[in-house]
Amino acid sequence: MSDLKDIAFKVRQHIIRMSTDGGCFVGASLSATDLIVYLYAEYLNINKDNLDDPNRDYLFLSKGHDVPALYGTFAEIGLMDPERLKNHLSTSDHIYWHPNTKIDGIEFHSGSLGHLPSVALGVALDIKMRGGNNKVICILGDGELNEGSCWEAVLVAGAHKLDNLIFVVDRNHFQANMATEDLIPLEPLHDKFTAFGAAVKRIDGHSFEALREAFNAYPFQEGKLNVVIADTVRGKGLPSIEARADRWFCNFNHDEVESLLKELAGEEVTELTSETLVVR
Amino acid sequence: MSYEELLTKLALEDDRFVVMTAENRALVRNLPAKLGKRFVDTGITEQTMVGAAAGLALRGRIPVLHALATFLSMRAFEFIRTDAGIPNLPVKLSSFIPGFLSDGNGPTHQAVEDISIMRGIPNVTVFAAADEQDLVGMLPAIWASPNPAYVRINTRQTDYNHTPFEIGKAEVICEGTDVTILTYGLLFEQALVAVNILKEQGVSVGLVNMRSLKPVDEQAILKAAKSNLVVTLEDHFNIGGLYSIVAETLLKHQTTAKVMPYGLDGKWFKPALLPAVLEYEGFTGKQIAEKILGHTTNAIQPEIATPEFAE
Repeated sequence: MSDLKDIAFKVRQHIIRMSTDGGCFVGASLSATDLIVYLYAEYLNINKDNLDDPNRDYLFLSKGHDVPALYGTFAEIGLMDPERLKNHLSTSDHIYWHPNTKIDGIEFHSGSLGHLPSVALGVALDIKMRGGNNKVICILGDGELNEGSCWEAVLVAGAHKLDNLIFVVDRNHFQANMATEDLIPLEPLHDKFTAFGAAVKRIDGHSFEALREAFNAYPFQEGKLNVVIADTVRGKGLPSIEARADRWFCNFNHDEVESLLKELAGEEVTELTSETLVVR
Repeated sequence: MSYEELLTKLALEDDRFVVMTAENRALVRNLPAKLGKRFVDTGITEQTMVGAAAGLALRGRIPVLHALATFLSMRAFEFIRTDAGIPNLPVKLSSFIPGFLSDGNGPTHQAVEDISIMRGIPNVTVFAAADEQDLVGMLPAIWASPNPAYVRINTRQTDYNHTPFEIGKAEVICEGTDVTILTYGLLFEQALVAVNILKEQGVSVGLVNMRSLKPVDEQAILKAAKSNLVVTLEDHFNIGGLYSIVAETLLKHQTTAKVMPYGLDGKWFKPALLPAVLEYEGFTGKQIAEKILGHTTNAIQPEIATPEFAE
């Protein structure tokens, strides 16, 4: 467990370092960090030696804004040279604001929301056809659930009894620029997924114990799509930006980055002057 | 051989094939029993079907997808672009009742901009069959190619015996110096009628079944441009379809020609049964010939069979 916490801390450091010189989606990445770290570092059968193995597990990042958490995790678990993170937003590499398959380990590009639930569904369908027992995970944002195609995929996965597919909602309660419940309310989310035929677990997405307990219960129910609603906090780890609608995309100056790294380590509260950029 | 027989044969020979439909089984009614799990009906979910097809293709499958042309090309457009086009996955789109073939449905079902939007997506190839023999002749090569493909399905029968298909090649039916008709899909039938009438009137007329719209046979277009008049005949808006393809090709090669666009000009067509649609919109062989001639003739328009499917 201390290993996971240590990895998550280092991943958060990577994210903060990527939040300057063009910036990145810091809040969205920090909410999904513990989830992504748990899945790659402990749960999933995915490593640098088995990427071409059709019997490995799959993880699709539909909520593409959290890709800095993925880059950071890859750097910490040996899927990517940590030095490459310095190439964020450089034309010399492929490390930018949304996932793409030129990075080894990234299953599919994303950025347009509501696509990867169906792509992951197709992969899960093929695994079922072939009688395989590998798992397919798709991480979705809660704002992403505005897209009707997410719900189509839930219906279709249920119809095809894809209990090898796990949708994980990073429930940080924010869409791009505002709280989900102030725009398109999602609650009661557990009941919605249940009504659509899924087997649902709702947990604290920052607790490795809770993540472990939930995912070890896979498959949650035979013949049903698994859904994990992971309650998380946007900007988790940095009190100065936590749970703020106006800290979606951040492009901090270098002094602020140094200050945020100290804040992450619990040293001092940060004063931030950089304005949030609205990208979407 | 029918479309369904071809698909059944290839799918049974090669287990990479997965047949999918968004609850549109008109072309594939007998396949569920033959393919078992490799037949996947996602329900009325065109976009999810395309996304899932991309996932299947990631695992080495060749998904062949069935839906109405308008919903497949337009409702699922961004999924085709993003999930099949960007990664260049072999997702094969069988697009049913395109153009005038959706005769009585009304504008919601009229795919008359599909060629335009599909050919705009990098990596996506675009084809249209003149009849079922043309269709069955072209599909093995299209399905064997590594690219995503959009195919206007046409299972109508004509008595024309087509030459073998090659991706990127047009089929030259005849050549002429006065006028050359370039066409694809359903209107090939009427173009044959028009050519006979024009020949009887002493016109030196050429006819080309374009069938591979992307990649397109530029040489066939440039050769047609040597006749005095080129006619682009299509059940599609003039914008973005064959007329645009010909214009782009001529400009690319810095060639000029007199071109008559013969398609839909900025409005959807009048819904009715197919023979009446063709007559009302001016697309019977006789009307095409007379418009090209600039005068009426006493030629007799052969009876046009109504389509076998209506959805």
